[in-house]
Amino acid sequence: MSATTITHVAGTALPLPGDDVDTDRIIPARFLVSVTFEGLEKHVFADDRVARKGTASPHPFDEPAFEGASVLLVNRNFGCGSSREHAPQAIRRRGIRAVVGESFSEIFFGNSVAIGLPCVTASHEAVRALQEAVLRDPRLRVVVDLAKRSIRAGTISSPITLPDAVREVFLSGSWDATGLLLDRFDEVEAVAKKLPYVSGF
Amino acid sequence: QLFVGLHLVHEVTSPQAFDMIRARGGKVPFPGRTVATVDHIVPTDGSPRPFADAMAEEMLRALERNCREFGIRFFELGSEGQGIVHVIGPETGLTQPGMTIACGDSHTSTHGAFGALAFGIGTSQVRDVLASQTLAVEPLKVRRIEVGSALRRGVYSKDVILSILGLLGVKAGAGFAYEYGGAAVDAMSMDERMTLCNMSIEGGARAGYVNPDATTFEYLKGRPFAPKGEAWDRAVTWWSSFASDPGASYDDLVRMDGSTLEPMVTWGINPGQVAPVTGRVPKPGDVPADGRASILEALDYMGLEAGRTVAGIPVDVAFIGSCTNGRLTDLREAARVAKGRRVAKGVRALVVPGSNAVRKAAEREGLDEVFRGAGFDWREAGCSMCLAMNPDRLVGRETCASSSNRNFKGRQGSPTGRTLLMSPAMVAAAAIAGEVADVRAFLPEEQP
Ligand code: SF4
Repeated sequence: MSATTITHVAGTALPLPGDDVDTDRIIPARFLVSVTFEGLEKHVFADDRVARKGTASPHPFDEPAFEGASVLLVNRNFGCGSSREHAPQAIRRRGIRAVVGESFSEIFFGNSVAIGLPCVTASHEAVRALQEAVLRDPRLRVVVDLAKRSIRAGTISSPITLPDAVREVFLSGSWDATGLLLDRFDEVEAVAKKLPYVSGF
Repeated sequence: QLFVGLHLVHEVTSPQAFDMIRARGGKVPFPGRTVATVDHIVPTDGSPRPFADAMAEEMLRALERNCREFGIRFFELGSEGQGIVHVIGPETGLTQPGMTIACGDSHTSTHGAFGALAFGIGTSQVRDVLASQTLAVEPLKVRRIEVGSALRRGVYSKDVILSILGLLGVKAGAGFAYEYGGAAVDAMSMDERMTLCNMSIEGGARAGYVNPDATTFEYLKGRPFAPKGEAWDRAVTWWSSFASDPGASYDDLVRMDGSTLEPMVTWGINPGQVAPVTGRVPKPGDVPADGRASILEALDYMGLEAGRTVAGIPVDVAFIGSCTNGRLTDLREAARVAKGRRVAKGVRALVVPGSNAVRKAAEREGLDEVFRGAGFDWREAGCSMCLAMNPDRLVGRETCASSSNRNFKGRQGSPTGRTLLMSPAMVAAAAIAGEVADVRAFLPEEQP
């Protein structure tokens, strides 16, 4: 992958309230019947969107006011369930460039990092305040600043957390996870030779 | 950076990874340490290739091509070794204690039942494992969950894990591996331990495991990929060294009394929303204010009245199978309930063995006849209605009693379909009663 650094993400935001949003909801399984990730953006939250179509409260991804948003605001345990990388792929291909939440499922978090979609956490209060501020003013400009470890929007400013190693990956643009792992391939071969189930018991 | 001893691959999360390897002109340095099968998209009604679903056919072709190109062993459709990836790994003896195991599938935690460290990974990491045979993993904390005293009649390891999820919730596992132990776990068969570890991910844990012991070794002995002869003895010595010391210290310890557990049923839209079959669906007023919204959302989606009894919830479909409960002992227990009885009128019931080997073994015991005789559909191996990427799906708002692992909204193929998770024996009871029913009423008084 390209060595693009991500120091911050700025743009409008899309609030998606709710805990335990699972990957089956982010991208229902029937859309995984494919050999590529292409076109997944069309189906992000497909079933939830259909369920709320034509109601008084359409799904945030169908609200014209939030169109073009680049920051997704979520709550606790976002992305739980299946390991499908299709979930962050669908979100990223939809134009989202950073996800801010109270907490994330670990596999979803790892998958997102792997495809260059930063997921950062902020306090319950901060996330709620941001969601409400964006609901009031969908054009509000939100800045997720990985370098300064903060999120700012209008009068709101709050610290964000993400693991140092992950932050480093984004700041330095060292995307090539495969390459990094291969750097120490000599050692890998040595370890393999010592393992009885590789070399024979 | 961990060496991955066994990398399992299926058709859904791998094609993009192989494409990425090709794009970088890469190789797969340890093709012998990766094994592939096809499970998610298999139409389990035995329809011949090419599949009716052209895209599903293309996925299978892609996997066949990728395995050929990179020299990876592939358990093809219809072969003895084919089945759900988390069923065939153990039953072929590929899964062994002390290994690090990875698979592009969250339920890889299943393999922890053997005392292996097993992770679910995403497609980019599948690429990394193919290319380097390693994974970057953050160290995990360990929470030991000790289940003391034996389980009672009609209570299975599925009920234990559902109870754990009910107790700890679906987020508490973040940053942890779950170690299961205690008298109830010691007494479990490998099939049951796999059920337990399988759903660790539902608790938010990255992995789950049981320390290897005599039961583990007994299970592995004689399996196709298990060591033989003198090597076997050396292997057992090595494997034994992976068990935690009796006095080991843990980051957290949770104790449960196995003898007080009851058959469990989920009533909501995540696996932590669960109650005993003798209990009631909660009322939002029962819990602190910040938990009410999720209960209301769940009850609304499920169409259940707050405070109603769990027993008696009507079901339209009954599904026995999946990597959680599609193994031989699961089918045996369900067959005990089904034997000599009939599926209720209007209920669609299907049994989908976890692998071809399970199917054949069950047929040798005549379980297929028991199920067919009771009005169940007897299918070919695959994931089937666990996530409904194949033609087995719920229709509209149907409610399904299911032995699988996830009751998320829309999980079983219909955007408005509803799932009640329970043990396979409980699913059989629900199929016969046409509603959620206590399996203990279907079992003889004393278990042999
Ligand atoms: S049975 Fe269900 S959970 Fe298990 S691998 Fe298949 S789809 Fe995933």
